[in-house]
Amino acid sequence: MKPAPFRYADPRSVPEALEVLAAEEGAKVLAGGQSLLPLLSMRLAAPTTLVDLNRVPGLDTVEVGGDGVRVGALVRHAGLLAHQGAARVQPLLARATANVAHPAIRNRGTTVGSIAHADPAGEMTSVLALTGGSVTVASSSGTGTVGWRDLFVGPLETSLPGAAVVTSAFFPALPPRSGTTFAEVARRKGDYAVCGAGVVVTLDEDRRVAAVRASYVSVGLTPEVHDLTDAVAGSPVEKADWAAAGALARTLVEPDGDLHASADYRRLLVGVLTERTLADAAVEAAGGSE
Amino acid sequence: MTTKLFGEPVRRREDARLITGRGRYLDDIGAGALAAAFVRSPHAHARIVDVDVDAALDVEGLVAIYTYEDLTGPLAEPLPVLIPHPQLTAPRTGYPLANGEVNHVGEPVVMVVATDRYVAEDAAERIAVTYEELPAVVGVDAAREARACVHEEIPDNVAARHHQETGDVEPALAVSPHTLSFTQYVERSAGMPLEGKGVHARWDADDRSLRVHTSTQASTSVRAAIAAKLQLSLDQVEVVAPDVGGGFGVKIVHPWPEELLVPMAAIALGREVKWTEDRREHFISSAHERQQRQEVSVGFDDDGRITALDVHVWHDHGAYTPYGIIVPIITATQLVGPYVIPVYRVVVESVYTNTVIVTPYRGAGRPQGCFAMERTMDRIADALGLDRAVVRERNLIQPSQFPYDHHLTFQDGRPVVYDSGDYPALLEKLKALVGWDGIDALRDDAEARGKLLGVGMALYVEGTGPGPYEGGHVQVLGSGKVLVSTGLTTQGQGHETSFAQIVSSELGVPIADVEVTTGDTRRFPYAVGTFASRAAVMSGNAIALAARGVRDKALRIAADVLEADPGDLEIADGVVQVKGTPGASIPLRTVAVLSNPLRYAFDEAAKQATQFAVQASNDQPPVTPGDAPGLEHRDYYSPIRSTFASGAHAAIVEIDPQTWEIDVVNYAVVHDCGNVVNPMIVEGQVHGGVAQGVGGALYERMAYDADGQLQNASFMDFLMPYASEVPDIVIDHQQTPSPLNPLGIKGAGEAGVIPGSAALASAIEDAVGRRITSMPISPTELYDLMRSETAERTAASGRRTGVGA
Repeated sequence: MKPAPFRYADPRSVPEALEVLAAEEGAKVLAGGQSLLPLLSMRLAAPTTLVDLNRVPGLDTVEVGGDGVRVGALVRHAGLLAHQGAARVQPLLARATANVAHPAIRNRGTTVGSIAHADPAGEMTSVLALTGGSVTVASSSGTGTVGWRDLFVGPLETSLPGAAVVTSAFFPALPPRSGTTFAEVARRKGDYAVCGAGVVVTLDEDRRVAAVRASYVSVGLTPEVHDLTDAVAGSPVEKADWAAAGALARTLVEPDGDLHASADYRRLLVGVLTERTLADAAVEAAGGSE
Repeated sequence: MTTKLFGEPVRRREDARLITGRGRYLDDIGAGALAAAFVRSPHAHARIVDVDVDAALDVEGLVAIYTYEDLTGPLAEPLPVLIPHPQLTAPRTGYPLANGEVNHVGEPVVMVVATDRYVAEDAAERIAVTYEELPAVVGVDAAREARACVHEEIPDNVAARHHQETGDVEPALAVSPHTLSFTQYVERSAGMPLEGKGVHARWDADDRSLRVHTSTQASTSVRAAIAAKLQLSLDQVEVVAPDVGGGFGVKIVHPWPEELLVPMAAIALGREVKWTEDRREHFISSAHERQQRQEVSVGFDDDGRITALDVHVWHDHGAYTPYGIIVPIITATQLVGPYVIPVYRVVVESVYTNTVIVTPYRGAGRPQGCFAMERTMDRIADALGLDRAVVRERNLIQPSQFPYDHHLTFQDGRPVVYDSGDYPALLEKLKALVGWDGIDALRDDAEARGKLLGVGMALYVEGTGPGPYEGGHVQVLGSGKVLVSTGLTTQGQGHETSFAQIVSSELGVPIADVEVTTGDTRRFPYAVGTFASRAAVMSGNAIALAARGVRDKALRIAADVLEADPGDLEIADGVVQVKGTPGASIPLRTVAVLSNPLRYAFDEAAKQATQFAVQASNDQPPVTPGDAPGLEHRDYYSPIRSTFASGAHAAIVEIDPQTWEIDVVNYAVVHDCGNVVNPMIVEGQVHGGVAQGVGGALYERMAYDADGQLQNASFMDFLMPYASEVPDIVIDHQQTPSPLNPLGIKGAGEAGVIPGSAALASAIEDAVGRRITSMPISPTELYDLMRSETAERTAASGRRTGVGA
């Protein structure tokens, strides 16, 4: 369980990093290393060069604005989890991050890294999707923005070219009159979720359900956002039939089975978690009181 | 007496060192050593057609490559069958490196030695082995059906048919008022020590001697194995177990191939060589345990008293049988637990499969036996509509029946005769501890919260401390320091503390003066090993006897000096003194100096001792015939047979009827291991055992696919429970001393794991009203069970309205 030989570069700027990535075919960006290093040790990945971003200044900031939260490439999960400003603008960030693995991993692993890793079992890919977020990508052709829908191509696969660095992720703010919740069922505390669910409920000015969206973890090959509004549209928030939304969600997802859960069991959990998280999110959307 | 520490919850002296990173584990040794890595079979069953090492030869840093062809003499022979048995009619073992055939994924084929482990793995990756695949036999049912066989000459895959009976079971069943028959399964798991195996070897060419460090549970036996296999004289080989990061049975197996190959390479290359097992290697090339198919037929009367029990077990033994049929024998003989079974027949068929070998893992066949017996009790209760505790109570061996002879033969070849115990009291304590009689109120409360609540219990008797022997050596130095050594090893049990407590109490010295060394053949060459819950019973008693020998000698010498009768002396706080006569005393350290008539005054102690020196008689030699210089004693303890500890566990589970998640909300343990050396250590052992029991019941399994590939060979997918999954445990003690040994103790190491699956299956069944016939069980499986049209509903669920319906 020792990695195959690789070269190591520790650039001091993003352009310098891009230079190495362009020059070295098979080079790979290293941030927190919590997904990459186990792959290296098990020789499931053998990059020619690791381009370590950790000494690039300016990538470790969380910027909070009225429209959303921008998370730099070196912000650790633990940093985002503890960021009160970010939590005020988009509460889903802290709620989801709390479910990312264990403290030791959260202290080292980065939110942007886990998005760039594009693991459908990762919490933050799902949160990027649910919030309608995007990433900022630096490449030889300049800096651009890629929306979540264009980013995720398949399991552990993004649309980004090899010589690119994701410098930040942007999570739009929670809309007004909205509430959000995130919940998981995992075999052990801190494990990859058997199934996770993030939901956003938005009410209209009469406290009727205007929009319901959900995104799931460990369900499907790439993160998706499911619109469950039809099941409860127009219901007064207190009377909304969240079970109906859960039932609708079960018909929309296409989970796979693995060692820890059958596809059927995952589908069951999608329904249960949807119903439960929506009920909580609705309370928040309604201003914390029923 | 301030030094009477036996029975006190003394804090573990080794913990500060171990938890602050100052432990010295195998991989901490030999920083400059060459590293070994192995090419292991990727196939479950295959012939080796060709091994091509050419591509590896130009890897810079490569030192040597070994295949089977390079093994000579005894090394080229199959590994030993450590524990032969007449009923093990078709034993098979592997070779240190595969000889033409591989029988499980992970079997070692080629050893690479290089300047470091990275380079060794680079070279290993380039070695091309060509295989011709053979059909793989995976799982106990496939082995039993024998459509394919693991070893060509054994077409039925049966290694051993272990058979014991105490009467004529078929007529007894025929006349029983009621009978039940059922089949159930237990899945594979493994001990999973956090430190895997590892070996470091250093050959001293000048001294022509070999020093081997290995992460083992049996250093003396590894020493003998290395000497035999490498054709060295025993005096040329030293084996030391450094700090060992967990064993749980897997490290009692010996010699592991690597324990022979690493020393072989060290001698051949004249360099230090080290191999440190990685986690994937541990999963696919060490040992597992537990898979069994159990067919049970039981006869019982209207009160639920068992009249006859007939059990047929198929035991998955993996690819080889190096450890004999110890696990099957233990299942067969320990299954009967604390119960009177008037007529009992058991057959355990050990079958070969193309999977990792099966050798004892903490509990060693007992969890399976307990599962068979305790689930039988549950079924009888369900069939008769009786309380499960009542049925158990009616079948218990009574305190007046000890010693109780089951008329079975145990793993040590001795009769299964229970030495002591009080099982009814155990059960009463358990019921009180878990609130058995108040469970309906808890059930209602849980139901109001939308949860299904269930309770289950399981009792066990555990044969502990089998012989043949252990020894202990105690020596008092002139400094006052007391050196204690025993040959068996330590892998986290706290022996430095518990053995020091024994010596401190027996000898009357401060525990701070006592230093304990285990598992070092340089210090104590005769030993058996640390397994079968035997360390405290065996070495504890041996060390106590050795300490008593030292005490006798100290009193004899002090009596001379103090001109008193030895019977009037006592030792406390390291001082020998005449009882009731303050001032008439001599420090034990001074007695130690006086014990050696050669006293060069290297230090103050020796100088001071001269004032006490009794002038020896001119017509006697300085060392009296029959005596020896020094204040030391070596003694051995060899038991007539095993001691039998006992216990009872109860679990309360709450199940979410939407997600089928299983939450263990209460776990109660009543434990009886006779006299307790250190209750804190015993509780720690129980906690660890319960953690592994919960793991085996709810989380862990070896997920082999039909081709014999282990699908979850990492800590990401093999779900060893975290602290967050282990319930809070409430413990009550009962102490029924063993009459068989001087200290009255019984073993405690394995107990905690034994009843886990049985108690939790019972609790889950109670909660959901569906029969649980296979463990472990996970939420996704429970969901399948609840949806199944064919799943059997318990009678209890029918009697209880609204639950599990």
